[in-house]
Amino acid sequence: MMRKLALLAALVVAAGCGQQPGTAGEAGNGAPAGIRGEISVVGSTTVQPLAEVLAEAFETLNPGVTIIVSGGGSSVGVKSGADGTAHIGMCSRHVKESEFQESPNIMVHTVANDGIAIVVEPSVPVDGLTLLQCRDIFSGVITNWNEVGGPAMPIIVVSREEGSGTRGAFEELVLGDALMAESAILQPSNGAVRTTCSTTPGAVAYLSFGYLDSSVKTVAVDGALPTPENVAAGTYPVYRPLNMITDGQPGGIAGAWLEFILSDEGQAIVVAEHYLPVN
Amino acid sequence: MTPDSARGKNRVESVMRALLMVAALSSVAIVLLIGVFTLKEAIPAFQGIGPLSMLTEKVWRPGQESFGILAMIAGSGLVTLGSILIGVPLALGCAVFLAEVAPRWIANIVRPSVELLAGIPSVVYGLFGMVVLVPAVRGIDVPGNVGFGLLTASMVLAVMILPTIASVTETALRSVPRSYYNGSLALGATRWESIRRVNIPAARSGILSAVVLGLGRALGETIAMIMVIGNSVIMPKAITSNPLSIFLSRARTLTGNIAVEINYATGLHESALFATGVVLFLLIMIVNTTARGLIKASMAGGVAR
Repeated sequence: MMRKLALLAALVVAAGCGQQPGTAGEAGNGAPAGIRGEISVVGSTTVQPLAEVLAEAFETLNPGVTIIVSGGGSSVGVKSGADGTAHIGMCSRHVKESEFQESPNIMVHTVANDGIAIVVEPSVPVDGLTLLQCRDIFSGVITNWNEVGGPAMPIIVVSREEGSGTRGAFEELVLGDALMAESAILQPSNGAVRTTCSTTPGAVAYLSFGYLDSSVKTVAVDGALPTPENVAAGTYPVYRPLNMITDGQPGGIAGAWLEFILSDEGQAIVVAEHYLPVN
Repeated sequence: MTPDSARGKNRVESVMRALLMVAALSSVAIVLLIGVFTLKEAIPAFQGIGPLSMLTEKVWRPGQESFGILAMIAGSGLVTLGSILIGVPLALGCAVFLAEVAPRWIANIVRPSVELLAGIPSVVYGLFGMVVLVPAVRGIDVPGNVGFGLLTASMVLAVMILPTIASVTETALRSVPRSYYNGSLALGATRWESIRRVNIPAARSGILSAVVLGLGRALGETIAMIMVIGNSVIMPKAITSNPLSIFLSRARTLTGNIAVEINYATGLHESALFATGVVLFLLIMIVNTTARGLIKASMAGGVAR
C-alpha cells in the first residue's frame, strides 16, 4: 500500500515537473492541465472534519485527485507529516520546540484558526474573567466562585484528557507553566465535556468554538466575548492555529491542495465551517 | 460389529479429539498472544520508568513524565469492591428467589428480565448513569460531591454484574439434589432454614465461581465507568469525616486510563498505557487464582454428609 502510494506520488510529481516545473499550484486552481493521484492526510481530530470538507471541494474541482483524510491526533500528525508516512500531517496546536528539533525540515502551514471559549454551567452568575483568573481556576488555585465575584459555590473544573490537542492548546495559551487541577473531571470528547459542564452546578470548562451551543454559558476573557470578530480584532486572546505539516516544501497534489485551502475559495469554506480564516 | 466399522469409529474418535484439542488450545494461544504483545509494548515503560515506581507513585502526568498508576489501582479496586457490596446481595437474593421460592410463572417473567440486563450495551448503562444516577447522587448534600465518582460507578457496575452472578448462582442452587432439601424439611426445618442451612452451603462453590465471574467483569468494564466516574487522577479519599464518603470521591480506573488516553499517546506515554494493561492483566490473574483456591478449599470442606 505505502509503495503504491509513494509510486503514485512520484508519478504525480514527475508529471507536474514535466509540464511546468515548479508551478504545480496552477493546476490546483482548476486549470484544465489536470492533476491526478492520491495523497494521505493524517492527524488531529479537530482539523479532520475541516480537512474532509476541503478535500471534497478540491476533488470536485480536480476529478482525478483522491485525498484520504484520517485521524490519529496532533502528535501523530506532526510525526507522520515530518517523516513522510503521510503527505500532510494535521495539528491543532503550535508545533513544539522538541518537534522542530527532531525534524528541522518540517514546514508549518496555518490554514485556519480555532477559538477556545471558557464556558460555565448556565446558572453561574459570572460573566467575565481575566486570563489570570482563568489560569488560577483551571490550575486549582481559585476554588470558589466567590473569589471571582460570584456567589459562594465551589468551582468544578471540567477538562479534556491528557494528550488532546484542545487541552494542549488551552494549557499553552491559558495555563502557561501552571498544571491542570488534579481534581478536574476529565471527559474524553468535546461533546462529553459540554454535557458535563451544562449539567454540573458550578462547573467551568473550555470548548472549541465549533462546539458552543445554548446549553452552556460563555464568559468574556479580559473583557472580550469569545466571538470570531473579537479574535479577528485581536481582543480575544484564546485561539490556536490549525496547522498542516509537510516535510519540506510540498509539491504535486499536496502543494496544490494547500494553495487551494489558502485561496479565497478555500478560506470561504473555513468560515462556513465555523472556523476563523487565516487573514 | 465388523472390524471395519470399528476402525471407522476409531478414526472419527481421534479426529474429534484433535479438533476439540485445537479448540481448547486456541484460547490458550490467544491469551498468550495478547499477553506477549501487551508485555512487549510495555517494556520501554518498565525500563524507562521502572515497574516499582509506576506501582507506587500516585502522580500521573504524562506531559511532565510522571507515570504513577497507584491512584488508578485504588480506583479500580474500590469501584469493584463497591459493586460487589451492592451487586452480590442483590444477585444472591434474585437467584435464591428464582431457584427456590418463586412460582414457575413468576420465575418465567423474572428470569428473562434478568438475562436481558446482560444484553444491554455498556455505553447505554453509562448514559443512564450519566443522566439519571449522577444527578441523583449529586443530591446527597455533602460539600465536594458532584455526582461523578465511585458511588455512581459502583451502582452502575452492580447492575452490570448482577445477571452473571444471578444466573450462575441459580444454576448452582438448582444442581443441589432435591433430597437434601426434602430431608431437611422432613427433619422439621422450615423452608427458609433449609435454604439457608442446606441448599446455600451445598452450592457455595458454584456461588463463589459466580462472584469471581462478576469480579472479572467489574475489573474489566471500561466505557460505562469512563462516563460516570469523573476520570480525575486522584487518590480516592473520604471527603467528610465519615469514611464511607470515600465513595463520593472521583477516581479513574485502570481500564479507563487506557481508553481515555490511548488515542493521542505516543512514545513513553503509549508504552506506559500498555504497562497499565499488563498490571490489569496480572490483577485479574491474581483474582482468578485466589478464587480458584477458595473454591477448591470450599469443595474440600464439602457439605456435611
